[in-house]
Amino acid sequence: MSRKILAVGCSTAVLLASMPALAQQLPAIKSTSVELPSGDSLFSGGARSDSINNNCLACHSADMVLNQPALPRATWEAEVHKMIKVYGAPIDDADVPAIVDYLVSTKGAK
Amino acid sequence: MTPYKLEPSGESTAASNASHSPARAALVRARSRRSVLQQLGLAGVSLLAAPALAPALAGELVTLPLASDPRERPVTRDFPQKGSMILQRTRPPLLETPMEVFDRSVFTPNDQFYVRWHWAAIPNSVDVNSFRLSVRGHVNVPLKLSIDDLLKMPRVELAAVNQCSGNSRGFFLPRVAGAQWAHGAMGNARWTGVRLKDVLDRAGVKAGAVQVRFDGLDEPVVPEAPDFKKSIDIDHARDGEVMIAFAMNGEQLPLLNGFPLRLIVPGWYSTYWVKMLSDIEVLDKPDDNFWMAVAYTIPDTLHANITPGQTGVKMVPINRMVPRSFFTNIAEDSSFPADTQFSVRGIALGGDRGVAKVELSSDDGKSWQPAMLGKDYGKYSFRQWETNLTLTKGNHALMVRCTNLAGEDQPLAPNWNNSGFMRNVIETLRVVAV
Repeated sequence: MSRKILAVGCSTAVLLASMPALAQQLPAIKSTSVELPSGDSLFSGGARSDSINNNCLACHSADMVLNQPALPRATWEAEVHKMIKVYGAPIDDADVPAIVDYLVSTKGAK
Repeated sequence: MTPYKLEPSGESTAASNASHSPARAALVRARSRRSVLQQLGLAGVSLLAAPALAPALAGELVTLPLASDPRERPVTRDFPQKGSMILQRTRPPLLETPMEVFDRSVFTPNDQFYVRWHWAAIPNSVDVNSFRLSVRGHVNVPLKLSIDDLLKMPRVELAAVNQCSGNSRGFFLPRVAGAQWAHGAMGNARWTGVRLKDVLDRAGVKAGAVQVRFDGLDEPVVPEAPDFKKSIDIDHARDGEVMIAFAMNGEQLPLLNGFPLRLIVPGWYSTYWVKMLSDIEVLDKPDDNFWMAVAYTIPDTLHANITPGQTGVKMVPINRMVPRSFFTNIAEDSSFPADTQFSVRGIALGGDRGVAKVELSSDDGKSWQPAMLGKDYGKYSFRQWETNLTLTKGNHALMVRCTNLAGEDQPLAPNWNNSGFMRNVIETLRVVAV
């Protein structure tokens, strides 16, 4: 292991060994608080969008969906089921068809 | 000449801006985590931040040269410690670095370094005095290290490219779901911190350790969902290059890039560079968690390439990066005066080896001419390149190709896989000389 470190240290000037000089140059690490944009815009479409608005926006903002390319219905069905089975999205089975229909009407491809 | 066109617009990407979402009810689930986070010295979770900041309204739009619509994205300045960024997703944030940033400097400024989070429960406050990094599992002495503890350890610095596994996914054809990045889900920084090896040695790794798993402070909104954790092999973890960074380009990390600590895995895709690193667990058996066994896996084929629809392919965790090169001062459809010399420049990365050469072609890849390389900041860094071209009147395809020090170069045909990972085709720009 030590041989490897040596080799790296010799072959590049970038990986430096212990660098006390840098300790003075580096500013102190300070506690940080920020606010993040809420990203709570809704999908448009009135009643047609109720299911997707009620089920999908807890985990991610709508722009993720709106920025997707057109995808076939089968792909959208697979995406919705992945959200439920893999990512634990609490979506009622009864809402799935309306969500998929919305995705296909907005972002569908043949 | 800017690589991407900026256009004024009054429209937001999202459809409306209702201040109250019915989905809020589901967010309440995240509240139970607040007390845990406060014990860690965290004041809250971004989801619970009461005031909604102004969305990216009435701003510029950028048009990305993606494979299909929609190609327009808002340009946002609404994210903390961040300047002008391309908004791919507001929550959890996906922010892309505009291509012109790579033209200005070999190092990507912290305030324009791309951002990618999996889960929306991101602590929006970290107290450096109470923060602790746990080291546990198959070790002799479990540790709880403060930032001060780490600052007292031998310090290392390394220039390295951080690139998302799915960088350039927006160019995949057939199209695949996921963040529709252009080329800006990457950045190059000088990382300062301590060797992971030194931290592991302090805890004393027991015989029989096989992997080391890393977890950050972010959590899924839905408690049942898999927490984001990544692992690397024990020998990799102890190679003396993998490091825990507390600084990026000489300053503490922006919160969205992983403040206060981030794992640096030089030459490997960013999925392993765990942000807000808070937990290191030495494992005595291979990690089979979702984020290693299922997500971020690639076909075990050359260039992770398969035919669309192909099944029954052996999948392996994505790992080392491969060579890539980009134009940064010209864009698709640029026009130039014919028979007049002009300068072309850009950046390249060698992947897990240094850049050996960068070459250009203006005749569809029939002949190649070498570019001059900029200063060498080490094998994991971006390398700038530059050359002069003179074009005859008409349409031309400009191509750029990087070869690394292992002799590995970029393929002429784009790769394809279901996840849109590991694009490294030779990039081509169509330009015209008039």
